[in-house]
Amino acid sequence: MVGTLSWISTIVQGVLLGGLYALFAMSQSLIFGVMRLTNTAHGDFIILAAFAVFSVAVAIGLPPAAAPWLALILMLPIAFGAGYGLQRLVLNRVVGRDPLPSLVVTFGLAIVIENLLQEIYTADPRSIESGGLNVASLSIAAGLSIGTLPLLTFAIAVGIAAGMQWLSGRTALGRAFRAVSDDRDAAQLMGLDHRHVYALATGIAFMLVAIAGALHGLKTTFAPADGPALLLYGFEAVIIGGMGSFYGTLLGGIILGVTQVIGFRFDPGWGIWLGHIVFLGMLLLRPTGFFAKTR
Amino acid sequence: MTLLATRQLESYYGDFQVLFGVDFDIAAGEVVALIGANGAGKSTFLKTICGVLGARRDAVTLEGQPVGGLPPVEIVRRGIAMVPEGRRLFSSLSAEENLLMGACARREGPWTLDAIYRLFPLLAEKRRAPAATLSGGQQQMVAIGRALMSNPRLLLCDELSLGLAPIVVKQIYDALPAICDGGMTAVIVEQDVATAQRVSSRLYCLQEGRVTLTGASRVLTREQISQAYFGV
Amino acid sequence: MSNAKAATFEVHRATRASRAGGLAILSSIAFLATMPLWAEAGTLREIDEIACYLIYAMMWNLLAGYGGMVSIGQQAFLGLGGYALLVMGNFAGVNPFVAVPLAAFFTAICAIPVAQIAFRLQGGTFAIGTWVIAEVFRLSIANWSAVGGGSGTSLTALRGIEKATRIHVTFWLCLAAAVVAVGATYLILRSRQGLALLAIRDSEVAAESQGIHVRKTKLGVYVAAAFGAGLAGALYFLGNLRISPDAAFTVNWSAFGIFIVMIGGIGTIEGPIIGALVFYLLNKVASDFGTWYLVGLGVLAIAVTIRFPRGLWGGFSRRFDVHFFPVQRRLVLPPDETGGSFHA
Repeated sequence: MVGTLSWISTIVQGVLLGGLYALFAMSQSLIFGVMRLTNTAHGDFIILAAFAVFSVAVAIGLPPAAAPWLALILMLPIAFGAGYGLQRLVLNRVVGRDPLPSLVVTFGLAIVIENLLQEIYTADPRSIESGGLNVASLSIAAGLSIGTLPLLTFAIAVGIAAGMQWLSGRTALGRAFRAVSDDRDAAQLMGLDHRHVYALATGIAFMLVAIAGALHGLKTTFAPADGPALLLYGFEAVIIGGMGSFYGTLLGGIILGVTQVIGFRFDPGWGIWLGHIVFLGMLLLRPTGFFAKTR
Repeated sequence: MTLLATRQLESYYGDFQVLFGVDFDIAAGEVVALIGANGAGKSTFLKTICGVLGARRDAVTLEGQPVGGLPPVEIVRRGIAMVPEGRRLFSSLSAEENLLMGACARREGPWTLDAIYRLFPLLAEKRRAPAATLSGGQQQMVAIGRALMSNPRLLLCDELSLGLAPIVVKQIYDALPAICDGGMTAVIVEQDVATAQRVSSRLYCLQEGRVTLTGASRVLTREQISQAYFGV
Repeated sequence: MSNAKAATFEVHRATRASRAGGLAILSSIAFLATMPLWAEAGTLREIDEIACYLIYAMMWNLLAGYGGMVSIGQQAFLGLGGYALLVMGNFAGVNPFVAVPLAAFFTAICAIPVAQIAFRLQGGTFAIGTWVIAEVFRLSIANWSAVGGGSGTSLTALRGIEKATRIHVTFWLCLAAAVVAVGATYLILRSRQGLALLAIRDSEVAAESQGIHVRKTKLGVYVAAAFGAGLAGALYFLGNLRISPDAAFTVNWSAFGIFIVMIGGIGTIEGPIIGALVFYLLNKVASDFGTWYLVGLGVLAIAVTIRFPRGLWGGFSRRFDVHFFPVQRRLVLPPDETGGSFHA
């Protein structure tokens, strides 16, 4: 019975890990859904957020059980402002049918962020002090326990998926996002300023990035060069789950998480590799993902 | 009182000139038709008025104020709304959500969701249906309703009959008097000359970007219109 | 008023600038070929590297600028070329210099099944998908202990060769490969395939309707670009003597390739050449500044792209109508009412 239990534990771990990946992915899903922009610096922004929360938490000086959370709350409006500003000043100039300019510009951003972080923080890995939260666990059955932080992360991911789905389907802003995504020119005829709408989307996306960065930084160590890996995980979660659906992204993250954890069980070197393979397999079999709404 | 006027309006797609000095005016409460063959510049004219295409600032005036070349967002705020050619509904939104999009400009006025549903009772049943599943006629109703939701002073209708069966076209145009009852001003671009003459008080004919004929709709003869339409 | 006489027109390719440019290029090549006789080993190695960057960038340009496929995963093929060289040289006993083109061919063949997966995606998602594929290559090789796993290994096959010979032959190979890469790209674009490419880039649907096999043409470009990348990889690690998965498959290759093309100008042949020269000079001057140098590169790439979405040389050549590698076709009409000429 140990075998089965340990497999269940592995899968549960994978599901919870998927919550974190889904968090990486939701912001990508939002931005891609609204303006078809591929942001290759996405993972680097998450790492940037992790470093920011790290520094603010240290500066606040409160005990580690509280500091990072307060730091995150302080970061949220800053993240919104940064996203709004970046979109209006830089990214709005490269949104369009041709994917090249946005790819090059965000690539450039990735390089700038990675190297600036390296200058400021050196290449040494850091981690946000969590006051023991990152090793705390809950026992949910005989012999089966799950990490408290991963559970919390998963719960937050589910909450955000629900929140984003609600935002998209039931609010005027969500309507504006969908309209601008469907037909930007017709939306202009309605009196919608797409530059503003895009910037609002990026602002919200950056808040999600801040949350993802904080949770990532609490869970593991991170370093300036870690960005690209997170970009790819998020991207894979979006594609597997289908673009345009936040619950789909959650499912995509879960599938990716479970795959990676299973891979790790066989051999640490093959964990991430298996995740990539499953992603490529998805492309061959179901290129639009499970819940695709956007084309 | 003249609501909208254009003076020597020129318009370009890139380097390609489409309108060559168009003079046009419309008084508050009038319904004016714009006819012409394909490529004459009718849609271009409407697009220039609502800011999609650029123009000299003083080439277009709204109640005497120069508005040429202002972005569409500004134009809508000042009370000009467009029912675009081909409807251009938001396909991932429902009928009702499309209507709500029209209210983004936040202008005060009599046109609310309820008013639109009274105008087009068919839409009330279909309010939650995705826009892409509606029939052509229903889509046209939504497009008109969406424009009305911004409570415009001037309604621009681009080829309402495009791709619709004659009986449906009649249904759409039968609603026009109800729309204009409250003093709405409308420019109707139409390929179907008979319909254009029927629903408007005055009409303009465009040919290759120039006004070739203008006059009271009831008075103009078929011969006059033919000549102006095709040019000889 | 219609034109009664049958319109006779000619299609011209060369321009005055291109004739002058051609002469300059031939003399440069001749000059470079003499370098092993008098230049230092360090300088030769630098030029080897620039040649590899140029070939890589030229291939990326072909893929993105002409094929309309923006990829940030071409390093998959570059690394594959390097490792193919390693395996052929170290394990199969093939002469390493002979193994270079063989490695390139092997890479090109591998590109065919890869394309089946990659072509499932479009636009921006295609780009990131290619990166994922490159990561799969990297991780697969990093887990393969026979080739040194994560820390890589040396090209022992080169040990038996005398140092001066090795350096000289490597240099001439790099020079020849660069000339071939540029020349082949130029010839492709002048050919009917090139015209097909431009049509596809502008509108796939319209091109399909004109009888162009869009899928086959795109596959052809993808395979050609993979060949070039594999060639660049084999040459680079031939000169480097040591290979590791991180060096072979790093996304930095794509970053530098993109930078070279964007500074130079996408969709032109002069572009990557100019970009490679600028990159080489920047490297010499500023690379001591380490991370700040890279930050500067990033900012430069951002600024250039926002102002000139098709790259610097693209903007320049369009403005002043200067083309050294004329791939466009000028339609020269007989002098009558229409007058003048225009070209696509």
